[in-house]
Amino acid sequence: MSDGKVTLAAGGRRAGIRGKMPIFATAGPVSFWMMIFVLLPLIYVFVISFMTRTQYGGIEYSLTLDNYKEMFDPLYLKVIWKSLKLAFFTTVICLVVGYPLAYWIASKPSKLAAKLLMLVMIPYWTSSLVRLFSINLLVMPNGLLNAFLMKLHIISEPLDILYSDGVVMLGLLVAMLPFSVLPLYSSIEKMDKSLIEASKDLGANSVTTFRKVTIPQTMPGIVGCTLLVFIPSLGMYYVPEMLGGGKVMLVGTLIKNQFLVTKNWPFGASLAILLILITLAMMWLYTRIGKLDDLEVC
Amino acid sequence: MAEKKQLSKRLRRKRLGRRLSNVYAILVYAFIYIPIAIMILFSFNSQKHNYYFEHFTTEWYVKLFTQSDLWGYLVNSLIVAIVATAISIVIGVLGAMGLKRFEFKLKQVINNSLYIPIVIPEVVLGISLLMLFEIAHFPLGLGAMILAHATFCIPFVVIIMRGRMAGMDMSIEEASQDLGANRITTFFRITLPLLVPGIMSSAFMSFTLSIDDVIISNFVSGPYSTTLPIKILSMVKVGLKPDVNAMTTVMVAVLVLGLLLNSVVQALWKKRASTNIKTYF
Repeated sequence: MSDGKVTLAAGGRRAGIRGKMPIFATAGPVSFWMMIFVLLPLIYVFVISFMTRTQYGGIEYSLTLDNYKEMFDPLYLKVIWKSLKLAFFTTVICLVVGYPLAYWIASKPSKLAAKLLMLVMIPYWTSSLVRLFSINLLVMPNGLLNAFLMKLHIISEPLDILYSDGVVMLGLLVAMLPFSVLPLYSSIEKMDKSLIEASKDLGANSVTTFRKVTIPQTMPGIVGCTLLVFIPSLGMYYVPEMLGGGKVMLVGTLIKNQFLVTKNWPFGASLAILLILITLAMMWLYTRIGKLDDLEVC
Repeated sequence: MAEKKQLSKRLRRKRLGRRLSNVYAILVYAFIYIPIAIMILFSFNSQKHNYYFEHFTTEWYVKLFTQSDLWGYLVNSLIVAIVATAISIVIGVLGAMGLKRFEFKLKQVINNSLYIPIVIPEVVLGISLLMLFEIAHFPLGLGAMILAHATFCIPFVVIIMRGRMAGMDMSIEEASQDLGANRITTFFRITLPLLVPGIMSSAFMSFTLSIDDVIISNFVSGPYSTTLPIKILSMVKVGLKPDVNAMTTVMVAVLVLGLLLNSVVQALWKKRASTNIKTYF
């Protein structure tokens, strides 16, 4: 009797481990990876953001809120404000430029549409740095753009637009545009086209139909696009560095400098936490409108 | 008659609208391609500092293939991209299966954490990985870059694969097991072959993300081993020499040729397949 029980128990336990084997083998590695390389480091960033920097760039483990207070220095507030402003305008322009293009692509037969989307993506397989440098060459005082405009007698002397906010935004736009077209395309393509016809049959004109039917129907794409453009724009440090010279400082560069130049980890970490909070706020907004799985990132 | 006139007016307006939208699309494409055009143009520039276009030359292409240190950096980039892609595919495909099929305690946490590398600004992921490697005393360099790149590629693989699996008929897996195959045989003989298209597109995605990464690599590359984008980043401050443009042009050309070849092969394959079907009738 007792023997039977023991074997049964042992068998039960073995079945338990064997039953869990497939879970360990499949979900195990990814869980491990995410915990070690994503969650743990982010928790560490959070902890460090409350620590004190020592004189020589080390970290002293004593709690402080100074790093967050430092953000309210007018100098840094200006940087944060400018980053938010540039990211906002980049996002708006990406939406305004990308939406009609996505709509146009979605109106084509699916095979052609796939090719047209490919055509949007091809430039992004070249180094983004080389492309940005091309923009740099284009807008330089003796660059192609100025030569062209002067030949047409639109301007009489070269525009000095290199190293301005406008050019940084142009760079962000070039870097971000395809990522706005993709989510917009997929939501426009999924939209039920008969709704537009129904709206027109019911007497609405094109503008009303667009405002009342098309936009609400493609909202997930619009918010997805906002998410995929606004957040990366905040952290893109090489765009302002290349096109803004030393003149345009954005929060991405500020964070990078805390780690690679001035060695002030705690302050850099607190800025990173600020970016994470902005991201979370936008994600929250997104989940109110669409599902995370719908986020067409690919 | 009046009705007909109105109809043709509407038609004309529709046609005009279509034409305008075509023009608009061409303009946007032009905007996207202008930097590429300039890049290619300046790869033929005889002026060494590449600040203005002097006159046409192909010397940079000759130099690129005879004496250039850029290839070493490209090899580093390729090593990082290939290894990171391989790691991401293995972990991502298994993970997508596990997260889709099984219930376990931390599932929700892992599911949500997958979106973190996709949505947070890259600079945040970069500094957090730099901190991790520093406290773990893990040497910065190619190894650290591979781990970092796999970290931002895995989520994309999991999400792409999960999407593909959602549309898959899982009953044939059950059929395989009913017919006596064990889980491992079923995985290699049934599941994996079905997943090949998804694996291809997620591998393509990971490779693309990895090969052009600047922001994260810049934090974990360390002083000695550098990938091509990081090398370019360090050169950009003093201006890019035309050989970098030449190299990038060659890379784009190879890629576009590859895409064309791919579509030609597919078209031929389809043609053959369709003729095969025809011979049956």
